[in-house]
Amino acid sequence: MALLAILLSSLVTAALAPLLVRVSRRGASVSLSLVPLSLTVWLASLVPEALSGTPPSFHAAWVPELDVALTLRADGLSLLMALLITGLGTLIVLYAGAYLQDSPRLGSFLGWLLLFMASMLGLVLADNALLLFACWELTSVSSFFLIGHDSEQEEARQAALRALVVTALGGQALLLGLLLMGWVAGTLTLSELHAAGPALREGPLSLAILLLVLGGAFTKSAQVPFHFWLPSAMAAPTPASAYLHAATLVKAGVYLLARLSPVLGGTPVWTGALITVGLVTMVGGALLSFGHTDLKRVLAYATVSVLGTLVLLLGLGTPGAAQALVVFLTAHALYKGALFLVTGAVDHATGTRELPQLGGLRQAMPFTASAAGLAALSMAGLPPLFGFIGKELVYGASRHEPGGWGLAMGTAVGFVLLVGAAPRVGLRPFLGPRSEATRNAHEASPSLWGPPLVLAVCGGVLGLAPGWAEPLLAGAARAISGPDGGHLELTLWHGLTPEVGLSAASLVLGGAVFALREPLRGALETLHLERWGPSRLYGLSLSGLRRLADFATGRLQNGSLYRYTFITVAAVAGLLALPLMLRLGIPEGLKRTLHFHEAAVLALLVLATGLAVMTRSVLTALMALSVVGLTESFVYVLLGAPDLALTQVVVQTLTVILFALIFSRFPVQPSGGRSRRRDAALSLAAGGLISWTLLHASAAPPQTRLAEAYTSRSGPEAHGRNVVNTILVDFRALDTLGETTVLATASLGVYLLFRPSRRKRQT
Amino acid sequence: MNSVVLRTVTRQMTPVLLQLSLVLLVRGHNAPGGGFVGGLMTSAALILYLIAYDVQTVRRLVRVPPVRLMALGILVALGSATLPLATGKPFLRAAWTKLPLPWGGELSLGTPMLFDVGVYLVVVGATLGFIFALEEGEVPEGGHKEDI
Repeated sequence: MALLAILLSSLVTAALAPLLVRVSRRGASVSLSLVPLSLTVWLASLVPEALSGTPPSFHAAWVPELDVALTLRADGLSLLMALLITGLGTLIVLYAGAYLQDSPRLGSFLGWLLLFMASMLGLVLADNALLLFACWELTSVSSFFLIGHDSEQEEARQAALRALVVTALGGQALLLGLLLMGWVAGTLTLSELHAAGPALREGPLSLAILLLVLGGAFTKSAQVPFHFWLPSAMAAPTPASAYLHAATLVKAGVYLLARLSPVLGGTPVWTGALITVGLVTMVGGALLSFGHTDLKRVLAYATVSVLGTLVLLLGLGTPGAAQALVVFLTAHALYKGALFLVTGAVDHATGTRELPQLGGLRQAMPFTASAAGLAALSMAGLPPLFGFIGKELVYGASRHEPGGWGLAMGTAVGFVLLVGAAPRVGLRPFLGPRSEATRNAHEASPSLWGPPLVLAVCGGVLGLAPGWAEPLLAGAARAISGPDGGHLELTLWHGLTPEVGLSAASLVLGGAVFALREPLRGALETLHLERWGPSRLYGLSLSGLRRLADFATGRLQNGSLYRYTFITVAAVAGLLALPLMLRLGIPEGLKRTLHFHEAAVLALLVLATGLAVMTRSVLTALMALSVVGLTESFVYVLLGAPDLALTQVVVQTLTVILFALIFSRFPVQPSGGRSRRRDAALSLAAGGLISWTLLHASAAPPQTRLAEAYTSRSGPEAHGRNVVNTILVDFRALDTLGETTVLATASLGVYLLFRPSRRKRQT
Repeated sequence: MNSVVLRTVTRQMTPVLLQLSLVLLVRGHNAPGGGFVGGLMTSAALILYLIAYDVQTVRRLVRVPPVRLMALGILVALGSATLPLATGKPFLRAAWTKLPLPWGGELSLGTPMLFDVGVYLVVVGATLGFIFALEEGEVPEGGHKEDI
């Protein structure tokens, strides 16, 4: 119950945010931040229960027919993520209020931000695969609006679209993968999937499931080659970047893989794919960060690198790797969140994020500078910060793999590059002489330097006293690697282990990389990686799609109703011809003897149709058509369908009036010559084919079972004797509801089409 | 159309047709009829009036703009579908109640009836909307044969 309340209260807060901002711009973000704060405390109070044998959970049926349920469960891993989400959320909301103080759309920004928080919470707390997917898509949608917040800017719109296209495509793959998993396992409840683990890992569908799930996770977590959306998403306002692109959203994929690794993990494909992609992403992301001078982009590529590390750890699959994963994930959320917020504060104070223009900010912005310094030291993995503990564990986990020294070397390359990048973002802007851009900079309101400082200090405190977080982190690791997932003991000093050696070596080499950053940037620029990378492929496929759509639209939708009708009728005739070719022979219906009155009605129909076609007068044609329609209603009477007959009469009457009205407004000439012959051929073909099909169809034995079900249930269950009506308003009322809505929409369309244009009304 | 005969007949016929349409609507659950036909019948009656007189007269007669009729109809239908949720039953599950009548017997009332009324309102609104738009609107530019 507590879990549902947590989820609902965050949703309600999101809805209220815009209103609150309208009431008070200043107080809104402060009071709004109290909600995630209290949620953090609430979630923290659930920790002991979550780490016990029976984690808190909630279950309510939602769409039981489709096995969709509102099932929530908070084990160690979920709770760790949820605490990061709400904890960071508190600081980000507070910060955003100050950062966007002058923006007219602060209200909608906070609303989307809180909706994002709610959907992220739902994602990590969900125990039903489809609920998880729904929240997953909701994070995509809300982040689309957050990235595209400055919607007047072309760049922001493009970036938002890019992030949405990439992650939503991955989301479709994920949905398919989850459904296949549910199909094989017989359940969509995540905590029950374990039982079907062997079938999911080794069954005939296992590869498809794995690839589809990986598609979802890799796109969301910006793994190579889908990494390109993350740096361009830096068009988002900085608070959104800090929240989405450092701490939470991009970790959704990692979370999903961690959640599923007890079920899907351990196979050669899983291990191979995750280690390869993770390693490439880790080294590639860190390397690419040197090609940029925009602070946020440097941070974004560094984030890509860390996401690679996390995926790599999941690929290893050992208990040690799981422990390293949760510790490193937490450490990264703290220091990267802080660095992004620092970037925002610097941008706010100086108006630029370009590294070469920044320098000497330490006197002007002492608090921001200390937050940046602390966070950068944690990023570089220096003791006594939490990042150091995380890095040691990563080295340990990769070294203990069989043949792991090679892997450890690979991770070391990534870390060396990260060590080289850390001083660029955390120290360079603050040291050295003041530059032109930073001359007038000064510390802004506490809401801008407070949150990053809190995050950075948290990283320091956890480094010095890791015992505080130990039970939760151990619980989270056990959720990934199984209940007997080994013992986690976090200390700063393990003695002189090979890990310490690797750390020291990467520090020295990282310093060298930092010193060589300018030549490195030059080298990366000459390679033109951005221009030929997957980003280019994305652009090409998007423009290709547009060209295809242009072509198809030009062909099919040239604005001529005549062509639309022609294509529609021709398509129907073509599709009907197909099954008829497979089913030749005289239809049963033709073998029936015709009664005299039936023959008479038929003759009237044929005569009226002939008149409608032959006549040169529009009015005569219209009258002949109405005769056809009225005769049809007579056919319904003959076949015992008075309801249809009644409707047909009234519809026919209205149709004639409508046609008359339309013909009186449009100049209509009867067609002639070639188009007339073509129309005649098409009409004959379509009409003949439809009649032939109907004759075949009427030969099939009628669905008496269905008819009986409706007639027998109509009276007792729907309280009506008219079966047609009870079907319409009771048994299949949802269809009717849909159709009425369609009717209303069509009518609105006509109204808008013929409405006197505003321009003409004015003149 | 300025025809005395038509106008006289219309004045007599329209109330009859409107009543007939209501009868169709109400009896639809047990005999041929229903919200759809009833709605069409109402529109037909009003359109007859429109032919005899003009759009303004019919608009005055109906009072409610067609768009609002449609909106009201969808709301009524949705409302009848949502009503069962209040008693914990699924969306669109029919709910029935019986009212004793003062002269004996009882009246069976249910959400499907309300749903039918919603359909009726949408149909009247939609068809009247069509006709009004065609009558009052302007001809789009370039009335070519192939454009219709």
